[in-house]
Amino acid sequence: MRKHTNNISAVRFRRTAFLFIILFLLGFTPDYGDTIVTGSIGEPRTLVPILASDSSSGAICGLIFNGLVKYDKDLNIMGDLTQRWEISQDGLEITFYLRKGVKWHDGEPFTSKDVDFTYKSLIDPKVKTPYSGDFQMVKNLEVIDDYTLKVYYKEPFSPGLASWGMNIMPSHLLEKENLDNAKFARNPIGTGPYKFKLWKTGERLELVSNHDYFEGRPYIDRYVYRIIPDTATLFLELRAQAVDYTSLTPIQFRRQTETEFFKKNFQRFNFPSFGYTYMGYNLNDPKFKDVNVRRALNYAVNKEEIIKGVLLGLGRVSTGPFIPESWAYNKDVKPMEYNPQKARELLKEAGWQDQDGDGILEKDGMKFSFTVITNQGNDERRMTLEIIQRRLREVGIEVKIKIIEWSAFVSEFINKKRFDAVLLGWGLSLDPDMYDIWHSSKTKEGEFNFVGYSNEEVDRLLMEGRRTFNQEERKKIYRRIHEILYEDQPYLFLYVPDALPILNSRFKGIEVAANGIGYNFIKWWVPRSEQRYTR
Amino acid sequence: MGKYILKRIIGLAVLLLGITIITFIVIHIAPGKPTDLEAQFNPKVSMEARERIAHLYGLDKPLHVQYIEWLKRFARFDFGVSFMDSRPVGQKILERIPITLTIELVSIILILLIGIPIGVTSAVKEGSFYDRFMTVFVFIGFAVPTFWLSLILMDFVGVRWGLLPISGIKSLEFEKFGNFDKFIDLSKHLVLPVLVSAFGGLAGISRYMRSSMLHVLKQDYIRTARAKGLAEKDVLYKHALKNAFLPVVTILGLSVPGLIGGSVIFESIFSIPGMGRLFYESVMARDYPVIMGVLVVGAVLTLLGNLLADISYAAVDPRIKLEDNL
Repeated sequence: MRKHTNNISAVRFRRTAFLFIILFLLGFTPDYGDTIVTGSIGEPRTLVPILASDSSSGAICGLIFNGLVKYDKDLNIMGDLTQRWEISQDGLEITFYLRKGVKWHDGEPFTSKDVDFTYKSLIDPKVKTPYSGDFQMVKNLEVIDDYTLKVYYKEPFSPGLASWGMNIMPSHLLEKENLDNAKFARNPIGTGPYKFKLWKTGERLELVSNHDYFEGRPYIDRYVYRIIPDTATLFLELRAQAVDYTSLTPIQFRRQTETEFFKKNFQRFNFPSFGYTYMGYNLNDPKFKDVNVRRALNYAVNKEEIIKGVLLGLGRVSTGPFIPESWAYNKDVKPMEYNPQKARELLKEAGWQDQDGDGILEKDGMKFSFTVITNQGNDERRMTLEIIQRRLREVGIEVKIKIIEWSAFVSEFINKKRFDAVLLGWGLSLDPDMYDIWHSSKTKEGEFNFVGYSNEEVDRLLMEGRRTFNQEERKKIYRRIHEILYEDQPYLFLYVPDALPILNSRFKGIEVAANGIGYNFIKWWVPRSEQRYTR
Repeated sequence: MGKYILKRIIGLAVLLLGITIITFIVIHIAPGKPTDLEAQFNPKVSMEARERIAHLYGLDKPLHVQYIEWLKRFARFDFGVSFMDSRPVGQKILERIPITLTIELVSIILILLIGIPIGVTSAVKEGSFYDRFMTVFVFIGFAVPTFWLSLILMDFVGVRWGLLPISGIKSLEFEKFGNFDKFIDLSKHLVLPVLVSAFGGLAGISRYMRSSMLHVLKQDYIRTARAKGLAEKDVLYKHALKNAFLPVVTILGLSVPGLIGGSVIFESIFSIPGMGRLFYESVMARDYPVIMGVLVVGAVLTLLGNLLADISYAAVDPRIKLEDNL
């Protein structure tokens, strides 16, 4: 008996050893070379990082530039261009000790002068940057020497640290330029892992690897960003393997890529994206003033069904406004179950009853009927609304759907608060500070608390969260906010859709983490024998 | 004649001014603002920052002031800079024109080369099986949705058979090719777009050609020609064809502005960086300077096209005379 066991473990040992050798050969000697072709429907607008507000520009700038700090794979802040930092006891000063020996792509050294220049541009009223907000909290920035600088805040501001993830621009190239029409916007010089090579408007951008990158030379030599505005075309290009890396829609993920061909030639991923979809109520509307009515609506809508029907299962129920994988997310907040009976009871308690027998509830002679608006061009939102419409009809509430083109939607309806309810999504930054969305002072035209939410405790916690640097303490604050928001139901939190990237299987070294897959892009590689673009 | 042209040009200038005023007002009072840039809210972009940007764009000034500023720049042939990427509008338009013009020109030539013979032969064999077959054929081209046909062709020719590239206008290695290879590469990329756009345009030209030819064939002088005992070939291709061409020339004149207009659907599907996409993207982003630029260029071309057409009528057809006292 014993011998037998020994035998097995000997076999196991040999197998493990063999595996290790294979792993060593495969995993520890990555090859350099090859090109990655990504396909995207959008074109970057500008490569001046502080002017870029669209995701395409952000993606490219992220490869060319660095910030002082960045998020690691587990969504904690780590140094990027800075080696370490110190935060004073009172939270009013942050001292950054910059990495030495970093060079701009043109060979000039990176110093604190560049950080100072970037900061000054961000707060310059003549610069068209959308990111001035976080930096208005800074009192001043003091350059101590080439590699040390101190930032003084007007009051403690913990999201401030993450805001230094802003891409730093070279002062020696831009100091005397007008950022708006600088040639730099289409020919940038950064410190990042990839160097800019060319940009053919409406066609593609190309970057080449920076052999002197401070974290080591990236394995993939060339990065091509193709602009393919039509999603059907993009999918065909993927099938022809002319595009290596893009993201899928749920239907492409579940149906069109479930073939032998795709399984052999591509690797697909799904993990929670940094955003959520919700139905927000106009809280100044008498119908939605009563919290029990909002809770009833939450019981009446089956979120699982929406995820199954709209996202084909590729998402999860959302209970609050934080990234599910982040430390701020309160996993103890359990989603309320789908329970139409309970919804009816709550509505009845709130005084809503069907008095004329038409199947629609009334109160004080007013029908429970409202219009939900959402933006055009997003089928997921339209389908979600159709499901909500049907479920609410079952408890006696009439929902009308109105779909409006984005720009008009924002300026005529959201900003002016001309809506009963709205179906939208928030893309989230990794810092949990949600002051602009939930604080009761942020309800003016064009501000983001457009539902008109106001809760004293949340206001206080939001302030406190901004003033606290200790992550353990912040955790408590944001988890409490999460709890209150789910009880108050200013939004009907619906779902967090999955991100669905697809990548040619010749690329190795990808590791899914809370931060998705892109965080270790410079470590991705292709075995020499499988390289497609050899020059 | 000289006086007539001068008068017309002055009239057109006034007309153009009117067009710019109306377009300017319409695009500015249309709901939406250029500062709503993204199709997703970004809570990091504060209201103050957006107001600051609106101020820097000059959008907080009264509309007539904005228009007069635009007009002053336009008088110096300066269309301003794009809100989206701060590049000069003129440059953005100019870099898009060649590709759209190439595709439209090649496809028009193709349409003429195929459509005219179809029209003429259909007219000659009126009512035959050939005539009916061609009618169905060209109307299929007219009726089939561009995006559907394009995707089907891409799927078969590009993905399954691997004969041609699927989309875009250049290969990834284009910059390293020699001139001849560049030409071949471009041509390969343009085969499908040109075919699709030509197929859609066949119906127009061939039907015009057919009906105009039918009309001419019923004229007295054709009967005379036949009575003279001319060979049928000469009757058709020497006497009839020449006269049947006139209306087609008019149609061609009208399509001049379309040469640089491009098409949104078509350029999006084939990922072609042309005028159609530029216009669409700028409308979606409320990029007022670019919208104005594209519209004004279009208006100028249309007006010029009309003027040229009027003048050339006089040159071609002796019955039309441009009176100086018009």
